[in-house]
Amino acid sequence: MLKNGPVALLFHTLVVGFVLAPLVVICLVAFTPENTLSMPWRGLSLRWFRAIFDHPDFVISFQNSLLLGLLSATLSVAIAVPAGLAIDRYSFPGRDAINALFLSPLIIPHLVLGVAFLRLFALLGATGDFSWLVASHVIVVTPYVLRLVLAALNGLDRSVEAAALTLGASPFTVFTRITAPLILPGISGGWLLAFINSFDELTMSIFVTSPQTVTLPVRMYMYATESIDPMMAAVSALMIAMTAAAMVVLDRIFGLDKILVGQR
Amino acid sequence: MTTNRVTPWLLVAPGAVLFLGLVLVPLVLTGVLSLHGYNHTTGIQPDFTLAHYRAVLSDDYYLGIFWRTFRIAALTTLICALIGAPEAYILSRMRDPWRSVFLLVIIGPLLVSVVVRAFGWSMLLGSSGLVNQAMQALGLPSTRLLYTETAIVIALVHVMLPFMAIPVWTSLQKLDPAVEAAALTLGASPFTALRRVVMPQVTMGMLSGSLIVFGLSASAFAIPGLLGGRRLKMAATLVYDEYMHELNWPLGATIALLVLIANLVIMLAYNRAVEARARRTLG
Repeated sequence: MLKNGPVALLFHTLVVGFVLAPLVVICLVAFTPENTLSMPWRGLSLRWFRAIFDHPDFVISFQNSLLLGLLSATLSVAIAVPAGLAIDRYSFPGRDAINALFLSPLIIPHLVLGVAFLRLFALLGATGDFSWLVASHVIVVTPYVLRLVLAALNGLDRSVEAAALTLGASPFTVFTRITAPLILPGISGGWLLAFINSFDELTMSIFVTSPQTVTLPVRMYMYATESIDPMMAAVSALMIAMTAAAMVVLDRIFGLDKILVGQR
Repeated sequence: MTTNRVTPWLLVAPGAVLFLGLVLVPLVLTGVLSLHGYNHTTGIQPDFTLAHYRAVLSDDYYLGIFWRTFRIAALTTLICALIGAPEAYILSRMRDPWRSVFLLVIIGPLLVSVVVRAFGWSMLLGSSGLVNQAMQALGLPSTRLLYTETAIVIALVHVMLPFMAIPVWTSLQKLDPAVEAAALTLGASPFTALRRVVMPQVTMGMLSGSLIVFGLSASAFAIPGLLGGRRLKMAATLVYDEYMHELNWPLGATIALLVLIANLVIMLAYNRAVEARARRTLG
């Protein structure tokens, strides 16, 4: 095994410091007792966490984002699992085109998707409608689920399914009793990844949300462009904590490196 | 066996309909929108014109923003390659548990909202931020960092680093560490082993990482929006302003589509170049 030299380790330390610096600063400033963005040198305080609850708009947009994430992640699983089965199991005309269509949101900038959805929704008279917002998020997060479902199906031992069929199980039973449990880590990993991506999405959502359906990232962006106080740090620290918790869960069920490093 | 011809279509149909209706149709509608005229008092006109494309492609104001966008995205890509590739190599030489821990540290921030990370950098780079405090402590003059291109590049590098580290890491996983050890045993200097054994693998990962980083940086919104201020616009913040403040949707649609077209053209050209290179070097 080759070892890293001192120069390499110094470089590594600097990179890790660079990566963690803004996150650490946010988490520290969130606990400041002062009125300004400052480090909590003189004791810790939870006042800015409490301040969040004096801003009902933040609480509402948090609920919006939560509901949006839950719905769009669940719907994208409902689309990606059958689609993944079809793409993995069957060869049919247009299979590659369908696959490319499902993955296309990955290469279209979210900015472009945002203005495109805005135009469609405006023509439909659906601007600011929550269910259309969900639909737009489903489009953005489905590719992530599909990739994980395809990877899970790819690594599946087909002979187990064949054995069940030979032993008289119906195709439906084979799916519910054999296939689904075996690809469950891929599905649940995909669901969580979809939820996080929907929950964090800003660039597209800022075009298609209305004052009633504002999501948390959009609210935070608007707030940060106008005024900056330690409450932003408190909200951000909560989001970091949520993400960290989700990361631990993802790591347990699927291996985070596998999900993020991804295999097509 | 007729069911086998129908089954796959039944399985993909709901998703395919949704994606056709919500990806292709809106893009076409946006294309049509960009061809409509615009009048500041009466709004979107029913006529068709190429005036917006002509205006955007000949006006120094827009060209300046496109040039800035390209410059910032290119610089971000370069810095990400210079930091991300060696870091991925260092990670690949670590032992567990450090390797998995630091892999998570490097790529985990990917899951933290961009708004949060942009806000973190605006605190670090602000006039009374930690970076300026540290510089003053070292006796350096305090500099204005926030609302400069430097601030945008620093934060973009932070956001894009995982997208460079991941492909380099993936391509390094395909390299058997024994090959590098063998090169050393056979008398190659560490530098030669690095250049002849590791670099070809790293380069392939770096090339695909660069494409992702460049594309995402060129259309980045939150970072220039929060760290560039009102004056330092990039393509995405320009589109947002046209839509939300100027209310000139056709012009905004034109700029957004130009961003998409530039993205796709660069992607295709780059892929072709990388494939040609791969054929040359790998035979």
